[in-house]
Amino acid sequence: MTAAIVTEGLRKVYPAAGGLAIPGAQPGWAPSSGAQPRGGGETVALEGLDLVVNEGEFFGLIGPNGAGKTTTIGVLTTRVIPTGGTAWVAGADVVRQSVTVRQRIGVVPQRPNPDRALDAWENLVYHAAYFGVNRKEAARRATELLERLGIADKARMKVDQLSGGQQQRLMIARALIHEPMILFLDEPTVGLDPNARNSLWEILRDLHAQGRTIVMTTHYMPEADELSDRIALIDRGRLLALDTPENLKKQTPDGSLETFFIAKSGRGWDA
Amino acid sequence: MSATTAPWPVASIANPHPPVPAGRVFVALLSRDLRVARRELPFFLIRTVMQPILFVIVFGYLLPKMGFTQPGYQAALLPGILALSLMLASAQSVTLPMVTEFGWTKEIEDRPLAPISIDLVAIEKIVNAMIQGIIAAIVVLPLARLVMGPVPGFTFSHFPELTLVVVLSAAAASAFGLLLGVLISPQQIGFMFSLIITPMIFFGCAYYPWRGLDVVPWLKYAVLVNPLVYISEGLRASLTPSVAHMPFIAIIAALIVLTGGFTWAALVRFRMRALG
Repeated sequence: MTAAIVTEGLRKVYPAAGGLAIPGAQPGWAPSSGAQPRGGGETVALEGLDLVVNEGEFFGLIGPNGAGKTTTIGVLTTRVIPTGGTAWVAGADVVRQSVTVRQRIGVVPQRPNPDRALDAWENLVYHAAYFGVNRKEAARRATELLERLGIADKARMKVDQLSGGQQQRLMIARALIHEPMILFLDEPTVGLDPNARNSLWEILRDLHAQGRTIVMTTHYMPEADELSDRIALIDRGRLLALDTPENLKKQTPDGSLETFFIAKSGRGWDA
Repeated sequence: MSATTAPWPVASIANPHPPVPAGRVFVALLSRDLRVARRELPFFLIRTVMQPILFVIVFGYLLPKMGFTQPGYQAALLPGILALSLMLASAQSVTLPMVTEFGWTKEIEDRPLAPISIDLVAIEKIVNAMIQGIIAAIVVLPLARLVMGPVPGFTFSHFPELTLVVVLSAAAASAFGLLLGVLISPQQIGFMFSLIITPMIFFGCAYYPWRGLDVVPWLKYAVLVNPLVYISEGLRASLTPSVAHMPFIAIIAALIVLTGGFTWAALVRFRMRALG
């Protein structure tokens, strides 16, 4: 089986917020409060992470807030430069061959970030153009994706007029329009109502059934349990466990992933 | 809503899509920005043309008619007004979108995901702003000339020099605009106008020639930090060369150095903000 993603000893240390800090300048994938502050104000977000994700696998990355999930996705999608270690994604090095990696991946961010100057349709067609898809083909794919994701009637709407769930679907369509090998989703169902969440799960299952590699972060255990082939449980930038949901649950008396996490990390899920 | 068959094949590591040439990605990014600019053209023109034209009406038409300005003032004023339009249009078309996209909406994160180096994403922003600045200057020139009436010494006979000055000025102003856009947070926009843009406008030798500052020598040298000075003087040297101006070669050298410096600093900061 071919590895879609390999990381070896991946480390990320964010420098202390000093003179260069600007209000509002923090990128969306900076660590949240649970990450490990270190002497001198540095924050260790990843502490030697080793992972292998197989091609065609649905890989769940779970952990509480600040575990290092978003930083991991940031490094794997070339938006965060690692402090140490290596990461290969879709056959290319995330630092030295970042342009190649970007061409081969699709990213659904934690918070929808559509291009607000464009309507839903244009968001897709222009994004496809960035990836060299010609206009006619991009138009065909945009129509098809909007249809499949159930927002075809919103094609000509400004993205601000779309609901949170609809914007999230647009982000999925955008991430798919250039036919990426690997789809990354960072907490895709945060803020969605149960209906929107269920229909998103259905879409993800469908994409996985087609053979696409999917990496999804979540801190919502049932989501990881429901969708993933394998789950990596991370906390404080370290890998605590990596196995199928069934095998992980077998290791606890009550068969719950949360109990498993508490036993492994020595702290509560929402700590 | 969902279908069970793939609408198109899933690429694999063994069989990836061919790489996309950087030039093609660059053109796609630029066409996105020009699409947005075309849609906002009426607002763009109002924003860019309003202030210079009002200024031309008061200082280039009313005051001369009232006899409050010396004959020939229009020859110093017209290039300055053009310089102002070019600089404001270039800088505004990149600064405000960058402040918003980095600071609030994070939508800029979309474009650093394009398969092209981050530096080229930033340079595309500069090129787009240059185009908008040049369009603003082209729109303001005939309007200003119309309002002012005949301008003594006005000439197009230095067209190659004019072209060089316009392109370099647009580059310097756009790179400066990008630098501001990546340095400033949304909360600081008000400060930016009060503390940076307004003093630049008033001490940018747009409303008076640099050589006129011979009467206040310390100010004459202090204003040399202001990029607008070189844009105004460059347009004077090429459109109304009879007005005493800075040496042409010094203007060109300064514009090149400023463009390089602003671009370098903007790229460093853009990378820092786009990449964690």
